Amino acid sequence: MIFLAVGLVSSAAIAYELLLMRLLSIVQWHHFAWMIISLALLGYGASGSFIALARSWLMPRFETAFGGAALLFSLSMVGCLILGQRVPFNALAVIWEPAQLLYLALLYLLFMVPFFFAACCIGLAFTGRGHAAERIYFFDLVGAGLGAALAIAALFRLPPQWAAVLFAALPVAASLAVAPARLWRSAGHGARMLALAQLAWLLGLAWLASGDRIALRVSEFKALSQALEVVDARVVAVRSGPLGLLTVVDSPRVPFRHAPGLSFTTRHLPPEQLAVFSDAEGLSVINRLTAGPENLGFLGDVTAALPYQLLDRPETLVLGAGAGYDVLLALHNGAARVDAVELNPQMLGLLRGEFAAYSGNLFEHERVDWHVAEARGFVSRSAKRYDLVQVAMLDSAAVAGAGAQALSENYVYTVEAIGRYLERLEPGGLLAITRWINLPPRDSLKLAATVIEALRRAGVQAPGERLMVVRSWNTVTLVVRNGAFTPQEIAAGRAFARQRSFDTAWYPGMPAAEANRYNRLDQPWLYQGIGALLGEGRDAYIDRYKFDIAPATDQRPYFFNFFKWRVLPEILALRERGGAGLVEWGYPVLVGTLAQALLAGAALILLPLWLWRRRAAAAERAPRGIALYFFLLGLAFLFVEIAFIQKFTLFLSHPLYAVAVVLAGFLVFAGLGSLCSTRLAARLGGGANRAVTAAVVALSLIVVAYLWLLPLLFARFLGQPDLVRVVISAGLIAPLAFCMGMPFPLGLRRLDAEAPGFIPWAWGLNGFASVISAALATLLAIEFGFDVVLLLAVFLYGVSAFQFTRTPAENGKASRL
Amino acid sequence: MIRIREAKLAGARMPRKKGGFARRGLLIAMGLVAAVLAAAADDGERFAAERAALVNEIEAYGRRDPSEGQDGFDDRVLRALREVERHRFVPASELPQAYANHPLPIGYGQTISQPYIVALMTDLVDPQPDDVVLEVGTGSGYQAAVLAKLVRQVYTIEIIEPLADEARGRLAALGYDNVTTRLGDGYFGWEDQAPFDAIVVTAAASHVPPPLIAQLKPGGRMVIPVGGRFAVQYLLLVEKTAAGETVTRQISAVRFVPLTGDH
Repeated sequence: MIFLAVGLVSSAAIAYELLLMRLLSIVQWHHFAWMIISLALLGYGASGSFIALARSWLMPRFETAFGGAALLFSLSMVGCLILGQRVPFNALAVIWEPAQLLYLALLYLLFMVPFFFAACCIGLAFTGRGHAAERIYFFDLVGAGLGAALAIAALFRLPPQWAAVLFAALPVAASLAVAPARLWRSAGHGARMLALAQLAWLLGLAWLASGDRIALRVSEFKALSQALEVVDARVVAVRSGPLGLLTVVDSPRVPFRHAPGLSFTTRHLPPEQLAVFSDAEGLSVINRLTAGPENLGFLGDVTAALPYQLLDRPETLVLGAGAGYDVLLALHNGAARVDAVELNPQMLGLLRGEFAAYSGNLFEHERVDWHVAEARGFVSRSAKRYDLVQVAMLDSAAVAGAGAQALSENYVYTVEAIGRYLERLEPGGLLAITRWINLPPRDSLKLAATVIEALRRAGVQAPGERLMVVRSWNTVTLVVRNGAFTPQEIAAGRAFARQRSFDTAWYPGMPAAEANRYNRLDQPWLYQGIGALLGEGRDAYIDRYKFDIAPATDQRPYFFNFFKWRVLPEILALRERGGAGLVEWGYPVLVGTLAQALLAGAALILLPLWLWRRRAAAAERAPRGIALYFFLLGLAFLFVEIAFIQKFTLFLSHPLYAVAVVLAGFLVFAGLGSLCSTRLAARLGGGANRAVTAAVVALSLIVVAYLWLLPLLFARFLGQPDLVRVVISAGLIAPLAFCMGMPFPLGLRRLDAEAPGFIPWAWGLNGFASVISAALATLLAIEFGFDVVLLLAVFLYGVSAFQFTRTPAENGKASRL
Repeated sequence: MIRIREAKLAGARMPRKKGGFARRGLLIAMGLVAAVLAAAADDGERFAAERAALVNEIEAYGRRDPSEGQDGFDDRVLRALREVERHRFVPASELPQAYANHPLPIGYGQTISQPYIVALMTDLVDPQPDDVVLEVGTGSGYQAAVLAKLVRQVYTIEIIEPLADEARGRLAALGYDNVTTRLGDGYFGWEDQAPFDAIVVTAAASHVPPPLIAQLKPGGRMVIPVGGRFAVQYLLLVEKTAAGETVTRQISAVRFVPLTGDH
């Protein structure tokens, strides 16, 4: 039963982690959600210290201890969700009030509690049943794999706060499985108390499940909260799913009038609109079209209308159709046909379902074909060519401005992605991308740099001949032509801009005097920047620029990270005089996470370990270097997992399914590897040394081979149906993960024979390393790219194998950490 | 749409010239409640000192690109900031921070702007004693109070009902009788009172409402802060020329050049 219980706890832990990520992204912001959860996972490390120090008390009452920890895990899953939402953390005010950091710390300390209890269960199992380490690890990993799949499935069906109750039932089942009521007679007082607690909590869960008991308290500073404060505003629909929480808001008294970059000279006002918020932020709108299309005149007077001035009835592809704003833009401006691609089926569900009439049956429009797909994947799989490929602007200006997405990998704005879009263009066709303008310019220049690099890679000698850029005060539209712009097109573009008081920021042969006419910046930053990015000195320019505007690539897909360390002191010095808007949060949050993880790790794991070693009997001491072995395994395992999730995300072309398939695949196959590890060790002989060496050599060869092989395979099979790509992915992950599953249980087996007292430490160190690993992998990927992360993982595996094998198995002499 | 929030609620009215009657009344009041007010008076002195220090700080920062003939902020703007009691516009929980040069939360997801930004915005619209000014987004009423010190009449609109009510009461209690408040949609401005010499919008939307531009007098100015609620990125200054042409300037709040030198 213990194996089943371990599986249940593991599946609940990972499901809870994914759920927390969703929930905290809704009530807070993504990057802080990420930080809180990363640090909360330190609970895994802390559990190791706890079990080690309390081992002599825990082991005699193993069942009760396990059952109690599982029950406390369940309780704290729900309790911390409720308490966590009461911590008044305001991420936006961090720059002004350092005290906010205390709230942040309180949050992750709180969320550490459930992970601590979950890890106690598993650590107890390893400690108490170390002779079956490979089977425990198998159930741990497979449980986690199934938990990941369960979480995503549940989030499709249930709002996150309900899913929490469902997931909380799993550890209760584990608790019952290990410490069942039959212990009532035989066991002592503790077991009876546990049985009563189990019963009480089951009733509690039933009560929680009987209604909407856990409220979501969204930060009052998120766009949704603010919209709902407006007089008469109300929520008219909610869709909850793993891709985000969609909230539709109607504000009849003060209507939404979303029209980014609308000209001052327009005679047209936007029609009535419903707002659709994603995760309480990221506004998109459904335009009311019951009055017919004549009220869409404003769509001719936004910068994004530029490409339509240069094309006649274009065949158009809209990437990121959202609630249909960009589709209407295309239709209004004369597109002959539109292929509209949107990732989130629930977004299209709104247009197809209850808001069909409101939107003028846009979903059924005769000139529009809707596709539920990820943009990059759709473009890669389609053979069709278009006159216009239009990349929609779906993030909000506020989100784009705060660096909130800096840590999110984005495969829509990379050099390779732009290259794919350009391949889909007919001769003379256009790629159009509209973005918000930040000042001083960040994403607008990074976009220009990325596009120019894509053109260069495609062999274009003079990219500047193919670029036209127009800006309003808050939006910039960049148009790339398949071929050089003609004088007629340039004249049409200039006339479009002039009539609407937009400024041109680039076209072939543009004079500098034209760059800063209607919307005056301190300097014509965009014109100067694009000129510099097209010139010989572009690398020096990018280097000297105070924000990171180097082109984003698939290797380093961090389009929204603009942070440079050397500028931070200057910005902080300026905050009192209006410089607060210059801070980019993502990167500092990442480094802060890493630093805190290291400190907390030292306090929670290394310090108790050091104390323990001082008083441990010589016989209890662990083999030399074994601590380093488990630490490095933790680092390397996640490096590989994270880097491959990224690579397969691109191939499976769906962030959610990719994570589910790759994560589950890794965990399940690693679990199988664990299960086979002892058999392999027995066959190879030489203690576990040969088996560990064989596994590490094999996985290193596979990783290095994949660096070269995967791009070829992905290019070859990208056009295949989803199922085929999933099978291919699973097949590619299987051998790698199988090898990766072996070193950890083999190490535990050795400890069980030689120094069982060290098992909880090994478990804790491994958990601690995982926390550092997640932050470090992202940091390394931002700086050096994912391939470097993989090569480093191979190196770390190599060092760990060396550590393991340099002491013969029978030599148990004392060692230092 | 115009999302008006941020805070600006009406602040303190500066002492008027007191006639004999007022002076007597004041004396009586002081005599009766001196003991009760002792603590409050201490607070008042402390706030006054903090306010002076804050405005000195703002003055020292100066305006990063003063208009011609000026060195920094207009003296009148600084004087208004010295007079308006910001601590009367912040929630009780934020009182200790009332004179920090920070934005502060005022409830409903809104903030009272950073004083430096208020100074900058006020200075940019170049308020004159005879001006009629529209504010979109009353918030706490603080910005309206600052403007009220400088112009003839301020009209201000708020879309969050409790904030609008609070601000109305606060401005009235503090004696700002040249401020008129209203609950409603700022997108269409205040047609009955248009045109305006200046318009102050306290939070940016996806576009500048064309009706607001229409309600700006030729030669008038409109200023809009762009960016997050706790971190303004830049100020958008919309100017309508005498010929009726609209031109914008995007003014970074700070002197921050994105390029370093040639090294």
